[in-house]
Amino acid sequence: MNAVSEVLVTGNKTYSDVNEDVARPLERFPTAKWWVCFSVAVFTFLIGALLSTDMFLRGLGVLGLNQPNGWGIFIVNFVFWVGIGHAGTLISAVLFLFRQKWRTAINRSAEAMTIFAVMTALIFPVIHTGRPWYAAIWLLPYPNQRQLWVNFRSPLLWDVFAVGTYFTISLLFWYVGLLPDLASIRDRAKNSIRKFIYTILSLGWRGSNRNWSHYETAYMLLAGLSTPLVLSVHSVVSFDFAVSNLPGWHTTIFPPYFVAGAIFSGFSMVVTLMVIAREMFSLKNYITLNHLEKMNKIIMATGMLVGYAYACEFFIAWYSGSPFERFAFINRAFGPYWWAYWTMACCNVLIPQVFWWKKARTSIPVMFVVSLFVNIGMWFERFVIVVTSLHRDFLPSNWRYYVPTFYDWGITLGSFGWFFIWFLLFCRILPVIAMAEVKGVMNPGGNHG
Amino acid sequence: MAENGVLGFFDNPQSLLEAARKVRLNYPDFEAFTPYPVHGLDEIQGLRRSALPFVTFSAGLTGCVLGFLFQYWTSVVDWPLNVGGKPLNSWPAFVPVMFELTILFAGVSTVFGMFWMNKLPCKQKAWDPSLTCDQFALWIETANVREVQDILKKLGAQRVSHVHAQNWFEP
Repeated sequence: MNAVSEVLVTGNKTYSDVNEDVARPLERFPTAKWWVCFSVAVFTFLIGALLSTDMFLRGLGVLGLNQPNGWGIFIVNFVFWVGIGHAGTLISAVLFLFRQKWRTAINRSAEAMTIFAVMTALIFPVIHTGRPWYAAIWLLPYPNQRQLWVNFRSPLLWDVFAVGTYFTISLLFWYVGLLPDLASIRDRAKNSIRKFIYTILSLGWRGSNRNWSHYETAYMLLAGLSTPLVLSVHSVVSFDFAVSNLPGWHTTIFPPYFVAGAIFSGFSMVVTLMVIAREMFSLKNYITLNHLEKMNKIIMATGMLVGYAYACEFFIAWYSGSPFERFAFINRAFGPYWWAYWTMACCNVLIPQVFWWKKARTSIPVMFVVSLFVNIGMWFERFVIVVTSLHRDFLPSNWRYYVPTFYDWGITLGSFGWFFIWFLLFCRILPVIAMAEVKGVMNPGGNHG
Repeated sequence: MAENGVLGFFDNPQSLLEAARKVRLNYPDFEAFTPYPVHGLDEIQGLRRSALPFVTFSAGLTGCVLGFLFQYWTSVVDWPLNVGGKPLNSWPAFVPVMFELTILFAGVSTVFGMFWMNKLPCKQKAWDPSLTCDQFALWIETANVREVQDILKKLGAQRVSHVHAQNWFEP
């Protein structure tokens, strides 16, 4: 705690204020606002669940898929949600390794977002098969009556391992971070049921220094493992496309381009959620404008990386000399899906440029709107990649327009409901700010050095 | 569980560290309980660096090797299948899964290794609820309660208390 360190917690908070402020929302009956949000989330989830059940009964024909558009909005959603997850790991692991102390305000909720986003993403490839009860287990290599093994040479299988590992490690990392805070909640509990639950969840953590010593080593190691992991996950997702021979997909720029896009979309989702959460749970002294401004800077930087990738793809398509490559990209920007392409380009490249101005970076309404635009833009990016590459195959006899149906949209909407159900429950049950970590970087009772 | 001892409470990490340096001379086995990791205590307690990285490294290596062996066995030995004319042992295609299994094994063992080294789940009740909130404490196991209480008070403890180990839900 030295005098030159920046102020990460404002409002002259003491250590016990941290516990008080963070634990308050989970120790009282949910507010009316919370119930409204939760009911909306459950309702939208039910729409999705109902439509998917109907889809299983009738078959995938109810979706907009056709020949040659074998992949549609479900795959778009899969890539979108996995991408959202990346910001959580980036904040918790990469910023930890770079000793960016401001991460402590947001890492807990960003990690929660990661886990729920991956849970949402995993639904899509499974239901996309139309027979989820088979798909869920046939993806795994286990000895079976068919005497077949999975094809380890296929990127789709690499995905199973990448996303599966990502989910497991993120969950464990999150839980390890939660341990001391669960103990704090346990020690505050007056109600005996609450006490019982948090005692079990905290594994009886007592905070002895011998425990902290191993704990910190474990945390550092997990951060070190998560960093290459997060880079590998979206690279492997991009292999689903890049390893194929389709113009528009078959490009070497895909892995870094996907990773940059994932961080970009994830950070904007974090900003969207944090702006709401700090308002709803009065955590403005912990998630400060300073934190949000830093995230906006990252959004602008990764937005420009993504913009560079868009330009680079066009250059390489021209430079390749392949007429099919050139066609795929000209068709992408000026073909029948021109509207999707330019929505993407505006939302992802143009709009985040407002963050060059400090006024815009530090204005809550501006950053909220920009973050929503980036979310939309990044969804369209995946739409552009999947649909524009597929809809005009090599032979013009294989050209067909893809229009998502009511089922496609309803199930997509349902996935947002599913995500928000988990996120809202998280806000009610677990401390949304890493209390033990915040205490380590704060300066209690003001900033007098 | 016959743990029986004295806790001395401090309200900031600096005075805890100061007191710990002096306590060490007479009670080298003392323990500290803090709401967040206080740096500098490890040296005072004479703790060695955690052995956890060895667990992580060997588990990661195991994951990587098993990942390759399993893919080799299924693709070359158990069910050799010609996929697109690729060689049966097309090892570059096995790398992503090997990598993911390295991380998976290493990460899972790190977490469970940490639980094991920290003896978690710990069946003992926390000494005091303030220790996960805003208080820092030194704990000394002793039968000479009076004497140790006086020592801790002299070292600047705001409050001392005599505690003995209890199970989770003992009143």
